[in-house]
Amino acid sequence: MDNEKKNLLEIRDLTVEYHTNGGVVHAVNGLNLEVAPKETLGFVGETGAGKTTTALSILNLLPHPQGKVISGSIKYNGEEILNKSNKDMTRIRGEKISMIFQDPMTSLNPVMTVGDQIAEGIRLHDHLSKADAHKKALEMLKTVGIRPERASDYPHQFSGGMKQRVVIAIALACNPELLIADEPTTALDVTIQAQMLELMKGLKDQYDTSMIMITHDLGIVAEICDKVAIMYAGNVVEYGDKVDIFTPEKPHHPYTVGLFDSIPDIYHEQEELKIIKGLTPDPTDLPSGCTFHPRCPYACEECSKQMPKHLEVEPGHTISCHRFDDTKEVK
Amino acid sequence: MLKYVGKRLLMMIPVLLGVTFIIFSMLYITPGDPARLVLGDSASPEAVEQYREEQGLNDPFLVQYGRYMKNLILHGDLGTSYSTKKPVIDLIKDCFPATVKLAFCSMLFALVLGIPIGIISAIKQYSIFDMCSMAFALLGISMPVFWLGLLLTLLFSVKLGWLPSSGFNTPLHLILPAVSLGAQSVAVITRMTRSSMLEVINMDYIKTARAKGLHEKTVIIRHALGNALIPIITSAGLQFGTLLGGAVLTESIFSIPGIGRLMVDSIKMRDFPTVQGGVLIIALAFSIVNLLVDLLYAFVDPRIKAQYK
Repeated sequence: MDNEKKNLLEIRDLTVEYHTNGGVVHAVNGLNLEVAPKETLGFVGETGAGKTTTALSILNLLPHPQGKVISGSIKYNGEEILNKSNKDMTRIRGEKISMIFQDPMTSLNPVMTVGDQIAEGIRLHDHLSKADAHKKALEMLKTVGIRPERASDYPHQFSGGMKQRVVIAIALACNPELLIADEPTTALDVTIQAQMLELMKGLKDQYDTSMIMITHDLGIVAEICDKVAIMYAGNVVEYGDKVDIFTPEKPHHPYTVGLFDSIPDIYHEQEELKIIKGLTPDPTDLPSGCTFHPRCPYACEECSKQMPKHLEVEPGHTISCHRFDDTKEVK
Repeated sequence: MLKYVGKRLLMMIPVLLGVTFIIFSMLYITPGDPARLVLGDSASPEAVEQYREEQGLNDPFLVQYGRYMKNLILHGDLGTSYSTKKPVIDLIKDCFPATVKLAFCSMLFALVLGIPIGIISAIKQYSIFDMCSMAFALLGISMPVFWLGLLLTLLFSVKLGWLPSSGFNTPLHLILPAVSLGAQSVAVITRMTRSSMLEVINMDYIKTARAKGLHEKTVIIRHALGNALIPIITSAGLQFGTLLGGAVLTESIFSIPGIGRLMVDSIKMRDFPTVQGGVLIIALAFSIVNLLVDLLYAFVDPRIKAQYK
């Protein structure tokens, strides 16, 4: 199929479970997703929606032995990733797909110089000598806006924002085709967040990298994403172009509507912040049918019985909700 | 760094002064008359009294302590043994090398075995290997040294005849004592390595290292072990310090002329100067090992090095 060739990453029916003492956690349930080359996908959802789990599955880095991919497929450039050996995966991780983790404070090895930490990956993937790898590491530092002299410093000598710059340098060092950024700005203060987003946006364009931006900040999505996937309880409930998702007049999943409604309105006085009633479901005991139905203001009998299908309400814009089963009009 | 070492060396002085004072007072109030022990039961009371006068044993406590410290500080003189009439320093010089050698071999054995087992146990947590090694570690910690020593001798010396059972002449002689003395350290270091690695292995920077595409071996050795070393070094240092204090039981079973045996013999003989000298040397060795461990921290962790300035 033409469509399959076009996509850099394609996830089909991915189901991931964690087996813990407290029971089986259904972290990802039949998730479908694709990322085209040079595209930035915003991956939005509440804490515990399964965003990070999906990202870790792509790199085959789920915590062992608790985390397990039960079914589904993840194709990268048309090649199945899930049945690759650990050795084959080392050639994909860092070289083709890189990941930036949430907390820069803990993402760097405290007993290694930042220069060594950047050079390490370069040496492995670009097959350079130690000296050449170091030289390239210095260039990377310059690219992310850190003076190259600081390469021999240790992470504890850097501020949070600088550390995140180093983390970005590590991730981009080998010029990956896909960058997964797992809430890269959550642990930073607002001014640094803006700097970081600018930096990532610039580098992404410079290196022609595709990106999956995991976040729960819709502002970030509006800023840098092309496509948006809204995730709830381990599944994508709405997927579409940024414009589709951000246009209130278009049809939306009730959860998306709730998310946008909960953004405080600065133009009107508000007594209380709007919220989505209820809590995210316990992933060890998900509700039957549509996982959102206990919190959904439009829930009907069918919702508690049957899982809704993904329906294309307009080209490239899918919603998984029974309200759109018969008619594409919003009630 | 040098300033830090100097500071630490100076700090050792009050510690050692405290040690001499405590051991001196403890021996002073210990029942038993050294003069009587030296001269024997048949000696006349006059002879005993004369000996006490000669040795200054009738002087008040502080005078005796002052005299001891004066000799120690000015002449490096630890006194003369009551029982052998030899200078204490010579007795210690004769014994200490054997103890150091034994401690060193036991420690080497413990590190070479304990760290790799601990690492594998942590990587394969709850596997059969992990369960077995933890069971052995429990056994190692619980088994008395003399019991293990006797069993090993029975098997390797008596039954198989592979290794000598006593003496201290060749490296072969060291194997059995080092293994039985080191068994406990192996257990302690294995458990410490395992728990420290388990803590580190779930850190974010290990995920970062894996996401870089590093091979699992590199991730474990370079990234995980590098960060897990501090607690391992700490426990190894404590173990080594304890081993330097002499292993009385091991030294007795394998007839090794070490400081542990010297101490026990001297205590039995009420040979106060030898006991004092021995304790002082052991305390000194322990302090030096502690200092070395602290310096090692700086090489392992740059954050600690920054504090040493």
